[in-house]
Amino acid sequence: MKRILVLAWALAALPATAQTLRIGLAEDPDVLDPSMARTFVGRIVFAGLCDKLFDLDEKLNIVPQLATSYKWSADNKSLEIKLRPGVTFHDGEKLDAAAVKYNLERHKNMKGSNRRGELAVVSSVDAVDASTVRINLAAPFAPLLATLTDRSGMMVSPKAAEAAGDKFGAKPVCSGPFRFVERIAQDRIVLERFPNYWNKGQIHFERIVYQPIVDATVRLANLRSGQLDFIERMAPSDVPQLRSDSRFKIAKIVEIGYQGITINVGKSDIAQKNPLGKDARVREAFELSLDRDAIVKVAMEGEAQPGNQWVAPTNQYYGKSAPIPKRNVARAKQLLKEAGVPNPSFTLMTPTTSDAQRIAQIVQAMAKDAGFDIKIQSTEFATSLNLADKGQFEAYVLAWSGRADPDGNLHTMLACKGPTNYAGYCKDDVEALINESRTSLDPARRAAAYDKIAQAVAKDRPIVYLYHRNWLWAHNAKLTGLRTVPDGMVRVQGLKMN
Amino acid sequence: MGKYLLQRLATIIPTLFFVSVLIFGLQQLLPGDPAIALAGEERDPETIRYLREKFHLDEPLPVRYWHWASGVLKGDLGDSVRIQKPVGELILEKLPVTLQLAAMAMAIALLIGITAGVISAVKKDSWWDYGANLFALWGLSTPNFWLGILLILVFAVQLGWLPASGYVSPFEDLKANLAAMIMPAFVLGNAIAAVLMRHTRSAMLQVLSSDYVRTARAKGLDERVVILKHALRNALIPIITLGALEFGTLLSGAVLTEQVFTIPGFGKLIVDAVFNRDYLVVQGVVLFTATVYITLNLVADLAYFVVNPRMRH
Repeated sequence: MKRILVLAWALAALPATAQTLRIGLAEDPDVLDPSMARTFVGRIVFAGLCDKLFDLDEKLNIVPQLATSYKWSADNKSLEIKLRPGVTFHDGEKLDAAAVKYNLERHKNMKGSNRRGELAVVSSVDAVDASTVRINLAAPFAPLLATLTDRSGMMVSPKAAEAAGDKFGAKPVCSGPFRFVERIAQDRIVLERFPNYWNKGQIHFERIVYQPIVDATVRLANLRSGQLDFIERMAPSDVPQLRSDSRFKIAKIVEIGYQGITINVGKSDIAQKNPLGKDARVREAFELSLDRDAIVKVAMEGEAQPGNQWVAPTNQYYGKSAPIPKRNVARAKQLLKEAGVPNPSFTLMTPTTSDAQRIAQIVQAMAKDAGFDIKIQSTEFATSLNLADKGQFEAYVLAWSGRADPDGNLHTMLACKGPTNYAGYCKDDVEALINESRTSLDPARRAAAYDKIAQAVAKDRPIVYLYHRNWLWAHNAKLTGLRTVPDGMVRVQGLKMN
Repeated sequence: MGKYLLQRLATIIPTLFFVSVLIFGLQQLLPGDPAIALAGEERDPETIRYLREKFHLDEPLPVRYWHWASGVLKGDLGDSVRIQKPVGELILEKLPVTLQLAAMAMAIALLIGITAGVISAVKKDSWWDYGANLFALWGLSTPNFWLGILLILVFAVQLGWLPASGYVSPFEDLKANLAAMIMPAFVLGNAIAAVLMRHTRSAMLQVLSSDYVRTARAKGLDERVVILKHALRNALIPIITLGALEFGTLLSGAVLTEQVFTIPGFGKLIVDAVFNRDYLVVQGVVLFTATVYITLNLVADLAYFVVNPRMRH
């Protein structure tokens, strides 16, 4: 009898930790190797699997994770990082300076690595002692710390990585709160609690199951039927319905990315053949014909923040000298008249996602009021990227998932040799300012540079930024400890089912 | 027999070669550069260069075909670039799922379709007949994704009887497996049932008016025996042919249904692979499906040969 009582007590005590957290993802993640990975949704799984040198807090401040502190050298060309003692990888290997050096070199040199660009400025890495690592740079690089809060800062077990070679992503070994159990492509990814995690007091689940469910309605149905505890990216149209149900809660965060329209201003000959690409006045007229508040209301059911720069107006690096212009159809018509094209026509290439399609239709209707004749060209996403890369477009509805440092939302699209500079934008003064903003570590100087860039970009309009989406999360009301960080990652530390 | 078998086998090799060239060629027609699609949001030029080199994208088409085909001949279909898993493994993982879904859908279709067809023919121009016709019209005109979401809302969200979506292996938990598969199988089976019902009805009407049925009735046989033993058996022949054809279609993947119910089968695998330009997966899956069709065709031909003595001469 006594034994039964003890057993019953043990079972009653068990649910505090012996639970599975079931998370519904909007897509199937790609390869689970931090060096190779490239999808937003993959990063959500990494948040449970792989710790990083640094992390972000709710206000986008950089806070230590596997690191405990850092120090820049006097010339800002090297960063010394102190590592957290006693951390081990899931295979029991030690996470020390040698392991960090191995990882940063792997990110930088591994064939097919998607981290190469982010760490291009890193010239070498030294393991100073067992718990100190020094990253040497070719030039000062302000976004480095923010880069290390993402996949470039994730550490994998060198032993496991060496053994698995380019198949590492099939069975990743990291040092995060949960370790890899199994993956069934397009069905589920299962992780289990890592008992030797350095911050195990913050972990209250035994397992996490990530399930990709592409259809937002079905994802929500799974939450409502109790099969999932948490879903990411719920449809804005489902918000009112779920809000009235006390069993669930909705969390919202303004994303660090943006939605915008990229205009071909110099990517190919097409730019000069079309008034929109050729004449800044036509682009100004186009922007003035748009009402961002109305676009957000109609395309996103109000679940976004209107914006006109690569960061949201609430960001500390938002250029305040270039505020969001109000809709002014009369001025737009006048500008078109001055440009000698009262009825300019252009083609707006639009990926086939429902968001992009809605934006294109609203923009088409709004711009028509000013005299624009916009033809919508719906193009499957991979094809549209290829056309953009070749410069075979006039305007293109394109979103960016965003990076913690503003440089990640700017350099790659608007620097002359930026790999995703589909606009073909290249201005010497802007280029110099972009370089200044990324090489200076002083936030005030960076903010000043961004303000000037914002003014120039608002005039040239290689990209007409429209809004910043809300990440919409829905979860079981009993789930507590959720941290709403603007990068949209689901941090599992502190999550608890009451 | 031996000579015939050899002849048939000999035709398989050029057929498979032709199919492989066709798959490879069609894949090249897909717009968009696979290297750009695979290089991630950053699209680092170095990574794009590496991917081009790895998949021989800069080489002439025949050379690229040779790289792929020589691997296939050694039994290596390549790896999925997206998730770093061998394509062969992915196929083996998805095949049982699709087979089960197709088999359950077909069982439901046959059960509903034939029953409704027989009742409708026997009770021609009655309310039963109108009801069955209405059902057929509904089955044919209801989009799968809509019916799927409706069933999820009723049986998973409102009643809580069945899981909303997902898949559990029958070896892991048979009850959970059946619970997860019943709705998608019904959605798929429902559309096929409608077609089968229409065919069964017309075949039964034809048979029921034939002389031998009249004779059977004249002999005073029980009506149930006349319908089930005499009429239905003969009416079933075209139904079985139709069912087999539909089953073949189901095997190549029920894309929308798999998407709605998040069933990790063939359809979902190939659609995701096409959108992500994971082209070794696309080529591997299509080649596999084509090989299965060709093999089944051969087996069917040999079966005719065995069954029909006239073919032996």
